[in-house]
Amino acid sequence: MNPLRAVGAGVLTLLHAAGSVTWFAIRALAAAVRPPWFGGQLLGQLFRIGFLSLPVVGLTALFTGAALALNIYTGGARFNAESFVPNIVALGIVRELGPVIAALMLAGRVSSGIAAEIGAMRATEQIDALHTLSTDPMRYLIAPRIVAGVIVLPILVFIADVIGVFGGFLVSTNTLDFDATVYVRNTVDILERWDVISGLIKAAVFGFLLTLMGCYHGYNAQGGAQGVGRAATNAVVSAAVLIFAANFLLTSLFV
Amino acid sequence: MTQTAKIAWKDVTIRFGRQTVLDGLRLEAAEGRSLVIIGGSGEGKSVMLKTALGLIAPDKGRVEIDGRAVRPGQEDDPGVAQIGMLFQSGALFDSLPVWKNVSFRLLHRDHMQADEARERALEALDQVDLDHDVADKRPSQLSGGMLKRAALARAIAARPKILFFDEPTTGLDPVTADVINKLISRQVKQLGATAVSITHDMVSMRAIADDVAMIKDGGILWSGPLNGVETCENSEVCRFVRGESEIA
Repeated sequence: MNPLRAVGAGVLTLLHAAGSVTWFAIRALAAAVRPPWFGGQLLGQLFRIGFLSLPVVGLTALFTGAALALNIYTGGARFNAESFVPNIVALGIVRELGPVIAALMLAGRVSSGIAAEIGAMRATEQIDALHTLSTDPMRYLIAPRIVAGVIVLPILVFIADVIGVFGGFLVSTNTLDFDATVYVRNTVDILERWDVISGLIKAAVFGFLLTLMGCYHGYNAQGGAQGVGRAATNAVVSAAVLIFAANFLLTSLFV
Repeated sequence: MTQTAKIAWKDVTIRFGRQTVLDGLRLEAAEGRSLVIIGGSGEGKSVMLKTALGLIAPDKGRVEIDGRAVRPGQEDDPGVAQIGMLFQSGALFDSLPVWKNVSFRLLHRDHMQADEARERALEALDQVDLDHDVADKRPSQLSGGMLKRAALARAIAARPKILFFDEPTTGLDPVTADVINKLISRQVKQLGATAVSITHDMVSMRAIADDVAMIKDGGILWSGPLNGVETCENSEVCRFVRGESEIA
């Protein structure tokens, strides 16, 4: 095959996918802002995406904060900067690791779950059934999930921030001989309001992306059980890649 | 078929990539009659129904309900709003109990109060001979026959003027299939609805059809009243109905 043709086909496929995702996102957002709204669906998704994700997000944040403290202490010791552990843990968690780790965990838990659920509904004609019952699947299925993701992620990330910093505090005060009062004071002193807000803005964007990917791949699933599995995998992979890309872009804007 | 057309497929062409599934298809479903569409696998019977439901947009031509073109993808299309549909797989929502499935349109489109909607759902379950204790079960707890009946209850609950049945007896044992056929006939008559069914089951066709159309090569090969099938007006239709292949 002509290599140029292969490159061209690849570019066209990529552009088609980007256009398709963008059009899907526009339709979803249009459905989210115009009535009728399905409040029951939204509440259910807030519970499933938010409350049920608390354990996994909390545990991940706790261990990440603890490991971060140990690494910063080890690295800082090379140029007598061990005392910066609370500052760097706080900044690292709040600005970067809290949003990214929480979003990646939810990409695994939520994006795949949404893609599998909606993909199975596609395979069993339940989405067609919604149409025949005069209900737009964009309003009933897609918009509540995306809105829930945008609302819930900042809340989860805020909780992850607190738990992550607490993980660093636990390790630092118990094994690295930091004074608890000094640690807390240094943490509070270093953090500015914008550090927290920028992390929460990132979280909202990640929440949009990871639910969008779950919905998009599930909604367009084809080919029965195999297609549903493929949709779940694609949702996780594309959500993770988009989260990293968006994180870089937003960090570039926020520094 | 000289009565007023409730549904009309007018020169409908559908292509999936290079494959032409429907090629200028023309057919009318007369008001208040039961039309059964027969044809081999992959001939586009389901696609035909989906064009009338607004799920697939024709590449050429249009589908009209009451003389108005169906607008694909529009949740408030007045033609599509008249349709109750029984899917081949039932397509009940796994996440909802049976009564909420049955009253889905009443709850979400007609904004009926939950108590009243539940009453209507129980009425619909009565009409398909299902016990009320099914109402609070999940679709996954039902047998194949019960699932089909519950799906039929959902199709009729909003008292539609048009009923679509996609392979209503597929996967059912002959006795359950007979029950479903009788329920369909009864409901179509009680509602005075226009019915369009697609089926491979010739017993089902004889039980529910007033008119029959056979689809082949993207168009209608033959259409006419049921007795035209029985008297073998078209030899190809006759062979299909008798299940005779062309291989010697």
